[in-house]
Amino acid sequence: MEQPLIDVAYIAKLAKLNLTSEETESFSADLNQVLAHVAQLEQWDTPQVEPMYHPLPVFDAVREDIPGTSLSNDAAIANAPAAEDGQFRVPKVVESAH
Amino acid sequence: MLTGSISHWRKQLTTGAITPTELVQEVARSIEERNPAINAYISWDKDAALAAAAKADLSLPLGGIPIAIKDNICIEGEPTRCASRILDTFRSPYDATAITRLRAAGAIPFGRANMDEFAMGSFGKNSAYGVTDNPAAPGHAPGGSSSGSAAAVAGGMAIAALGSDTGGSIRQPASHCGIVGLKPTYGRVSRYGLVAFASSLDQIGPLTQNVEDAALLLNALCGHDKKDSTSSTEPATDFTAHLGQSIKGVRIGLPKEYLSEGNDPAVSAAVQTAVQKLTELGAEIVEISLPHAEAVVAAYYIIACAEASSNLSRFDGIRYGHRAESTNGLDDLYSRSRAEGFGPEVKRRIILGTYVLSSGFYDAYYAKAQKVRALVAQDFAAAFEQVDFILGPVAPTPAPALEGTDMTPLQVYLADIYTIPANLAGLPGISVPCPQPAGARPVGVQLLGKHFAEADLLRVASALESALA
Repeated sequence: MEQPLIDVAYIAKLAKLNLTSEETESFSADLNQVLAHVAQLEQWDTPQVEPMYHPLPVFDAVREDIPGTSLSNDAAIANAPAAEDGQFRVPKVVESAH
Repeated sequence: MLTGSISHWRKQLTTGAITPTELVQEVARSIEERNPAINAYISWDKDAALAAAAKADLSLPLGGIPIAIKDNICIEGEPTRCASRILDTFRSPYDATAITRLRAAGAIPFGRANMDEFAMGSFGKNSAYGVTDNPAAPGHAPGGSSSGSAAAVAGGMAIAALGSDTGGSIRQPASHCGIVGLKPTYGRVSRYGLVAFASSLDQIGPLTQNVEDAALLLNALCGHDKKDSTSSTEPATDFTAHLGQSIKGVRIGLPKEYLSEGNDPAVSAAVQTAVQKLTELGAEIVEISLPHAEAVVAAYYIIACAEASSNLSRFDGIRYGHRAESTNGLDDLYSRSRAEGFGPEVKRRIILGTYVLSSGFYDAYYAKAQKVRALVAQDFAAAFEQVDFILGPVAPTPAPALEGTDMTPLQVYLADIYTIPANLAGLPGISVPCPQPAGARPVGVQLLGKHFAEADLLRVASALESALA
């Protein structure tokens, strides 16, 4: 595994997280140090090892599909920073045709 | 200052020496007196607790007992801020299953315990609501991320508390504050209503004054929950049933990798004292090896941050939480709301997590870390062929000073080396305090057990606790 330098500004865009230039700079330094430590994982040979995404062998746990009560509309939007007519209010996401 | 365990207060309540209302008032008085100096709580709703106390059913196992709740576990109608500005105005629309179960056992959730923001931190310093002092070692960190839960119990502001443990966040603050902290087996306690940090690692558990109280709380907490697909169907048992029984002949492994020269002398001494006491109790101490012990921090921080970056994408300024003002379109709203709401450590981990999941790096980091995690789990499986339990330190050092201890993020992460393995492998672990000379900072030792072996783990922990006392 070649040690890449993390491009914090680009990753911040992917994460939809605005960073100040100070944050970008300090996170670059911090995370490059962390990634240098992480590079040691290379020394462990794992071609035959199945990745362990879950600590216990529980798969496809589904409950019966039975209709039941859930949050009321009022409760569901009670924490919304902006709501209108029982719905979340969001900025315009579709531009009108020109 | 409030003293006395759950069983002490239960006796007081059932004999009529105190009423549930008086007990809540006693806890509230203690919080009002001591919290300004300690900052173990972000908020507490005395009226809600008094209303619950008025209806308390003393015939239930935890009837009338107030329990402090980490600020990332939802209590209906109360703030659940995760110690983050992004959730400053949030009020939970429902109870977490852990809270529902506590209530069903008669307990009264009371007080939102301070924490590292979104459970990301090891010293309680990452809270947007101020740092927490360590009542057992003033001027030092209480540990983290369940900093307030540990400080509330150690500081006589709570009889017991709930925390969450993703990489040691129950066991490590318990050790630093001189109390007991139990991380149950992954899946043992439902996480419905626990604000997710790293879903393959998170687990709710108790922080208590003694091992018996941890067993009493686990009795109330565990059991399958159809609202959490990772919750186990393993039958619940009475976790107090084996307390006080002999541990003669029990085999306890001591991993040679955990006896590092880098450990503080007080930590090494605590492990040696525990070895001696357990031997005197008739346990057999076996030297074992966990060959991948040094890889755990690297694997953990990749997995935990990857899962966190995904889980925390829900904080988008739309459905709940902080929304930036005067934004220009949806992307700007997301990016600025998150920038204004999250603190530095949360941002750092979101960046790391997003990076390791990004195209071109996924296999090298995330998949590789999950493979190494499998190796770590195999180490434990092999060790548990030889021994019944594993003994080791909780943290390499006692609590660091709050001021003047400047550590890089990597140095902070490396201090989780002894607690992380239980989360990676999904094992139960408990931190038991080892008495220290007067004036010294608390130090705990850790016992790990096989999956779902909490009843026996608590038996050994209880025997050790009695022998150390």
